[in-house]
Amino acid sequence: MFSPLNFRIAFFLATRQLRRSSKWTNSLIVFVMILTFLNLVIVSGILVGLIQGAIEAVREQYTSDVIISNLNTETYIEYSPDIIRTVESLPQVDALSARYVSGSTLEANYKSRTDPNEKPNTAGAQIAGIDPVAEDELTGLSRWIIEGEYLQPGDYDQILLGSYLIKKYIPVDNPGFSALDDVGPGSKIRIQIGNVEREVTVKGILKSKVDEVSFKAYMVDSQLRGMIGRNDFNVDEIAIRLKPGSDPVVVRDTLLRNGVGTYAKVQTSADAQPKFIKDIRDTFALLGNMISSIGLVVASITIFIVIFINALTRRKFIGILKGIGINGQAIELSYVMQSIFYAFIGSAIGFILLYAFLQPFVARHPIDFPFSDGILVAPLSGTLLRISLLVVATIIAGYIPARMIVRKNTLDSILGRK
Amino acid sequence: MIEVKNLYKTFMNGQVETSVLKGLDFKIEEGEFIAIMGRSGAGKSTFMYQMSLLDEPTRGEVIIDGIVTNTMSNDAKTLFRLSRLGYVFQDYALIPELTALENVTLPLLMQGMPTAKALSTAKSALTTVGLKEHVNQLPSQLSGGEQQRVSISRAIAHNPDILFADEPTANLDNESSRTVMDIFKQLHKQGQTIIMVTHEPEYADMAEKIVTLDDGKIVGVKKN
Repeated sequence: MFSPLNFRIAFFLATRQLRRSSKWTNSLIVFVMILTFLNLVIVSGILVGLIQGAIEAVREQYTSDVIISNLNTETYIEYSPDIIRTVESLPQVDALSARYVSGSTLEANYKSRTDPNEKPNTAGAQIAGIDPVAEDELTGLSRWIIEGEYLQPGDYDQILLGSYLIKKYIPVDNPGFSALDDVGPGSKIRIQIGNVEREVTVKGILKSKVDEVSFKAYMVDSQLRGMIGRNDFNVDEIAIRLKPGSDPVVVRDTLLRNGVGTYAKVQTSADAQPKFIKDIRDTFALLGNMISSIGLVVASITIFIVIFINALTRRKFIGILKGIGINGQAIELSYVMQSIFYAFIGSAIGFILLYAFLQPFVARHPIDFPFSDGILVAPLSGTLLRISLLVVATIIAGYIPARMIVRKNTLDSILGRK
Repeated sequence: MIEVKNLYKTFMNGQVETSVLKGLDFKIEEGEFIAIMGRSGAGKSTFMYQMSLLDEPTRGEVIIDGIVTNTMSNDAKTLFRLSRLGYVFQDYALIPELTALENVTLPLLMQGMPTAKALSTAKSALTTVGLKEHVNQLPSQLSGGEQQRVSISRAIAHNPDILFADEPTANLDNESSRTVMDIFKQLHKQGQTIIMVTHEPEYADMAEKIVTLDDGKIVGVKKN
């Protein structure tokens, strides 16, 4: 079948049949191929992308590329100032933010509550003590302010509240979860950390799809440090952003080699992902592939029908070709070449649409899911694999009907006998 | 050159067996122009299909230049048809997507001829039948007579040993029919072996020998 002569004749027949057949029919088949290709890539791409969007958002807004946090056996990172100096000395590091983190209870109605039996309006929250400039430079925290203003370095007794700490921003009333009622910028609330209490003013409300942001409260680091008595400047988290092109794994390993691992956990953003997130992403990818494979079957059947009808209506001419001595395998190959043409052109146009328009568009205008800004994940290797699958499926779908017709008796084909 | 021995062809139509050829014996020498005649259903086309290896006889032998063709594989028969036989069909049997030139070129390419040589050979064959100006036209852009001449060009371009023609004038007007028959006469003069099925006595008379079939049997052989 694959002799050069058969290829030559098949190419001769296929090109002329494609060139001189109906342009509408060809366009329609190519259109089906484009849709199939996009279906193959986009369904799984979006399913994976909505989880990947959440993962990316956590990296961007919380962990950054590498995060150092306290060991499970410690409540803070020992020798934090030394570790920060080590981190800053690494050439790959672009920016960092050191955070103090402490559990707290926030109370809103302590002033208006006159009856000692009245239920206090409280919410449990983690408070992060941050350098507002460094944090904003690293994670762009100020972008998520929806009410009030962002913190300034000299702010005294000011606090930012994540939206999930305020009742009106919680979409579902969860009986096991308490939030502050009737609180906004300018409201006074009381913070209690251990035995230390302080009255602070709400300066702004933050709303993000990243729970680590929306469930937290933020204060200037010096304020929180005073409340938790951390006078040794040992922090709880150090989030590190790397320069473009730097490998987080290399930085992590360098820090571990420098002994940072003795005093803290050093993780890349990927390491810090909870396992269930990875599992969900893999499950969605599998689900996407299953849905896409249905599209692949549909496309294969379409090509089968198109080639079958084409070959069936041309049965007489196939008979004539065989009659005048054209090798049956060359004829079959000509139909396979036509199938490849349809798959290749459809994939090529789909490929251009995907990478030139769809992916950049979705990146600029992410799909607004409740828990993430969904992106379109379409790695080149995966796309090329799907193109290969589509081509292989269409080769098979083109070959089978061609073979069925070419195998028929030559004279019966010429004379149109059954 | 062609020897037909005890040739039978039977078709099954459900449970009904129909014998179309009933034990034919016949010989055709090189360079002969044979016309096969007979009533409709006499078996003349079926006889030609057996000799031209387009069909397989139920029984008997077709021997061409000493080769017993019945034992050949399908691929071998295809190759034999490609290299040694030429066909002209009643309905021209041109490939609609190919131009006149491409229709004639295709079998030459299949023989492994280089493209340039195949094109020049095909052009020459089309020129022979007076279609020099129509080489780039599709069959749908040609008249019936012109299409049949393209068909003849395709059949003779590779200098076949035997040219088979199945009622080549049946779909043509008188003028086109005469042109086609003139081409056959010319080819015969050049030594081409031609076996033609026809039901028109006027054109059969142009052949060297007329073989008449009736009810699947040869009932007469007449020399012109």
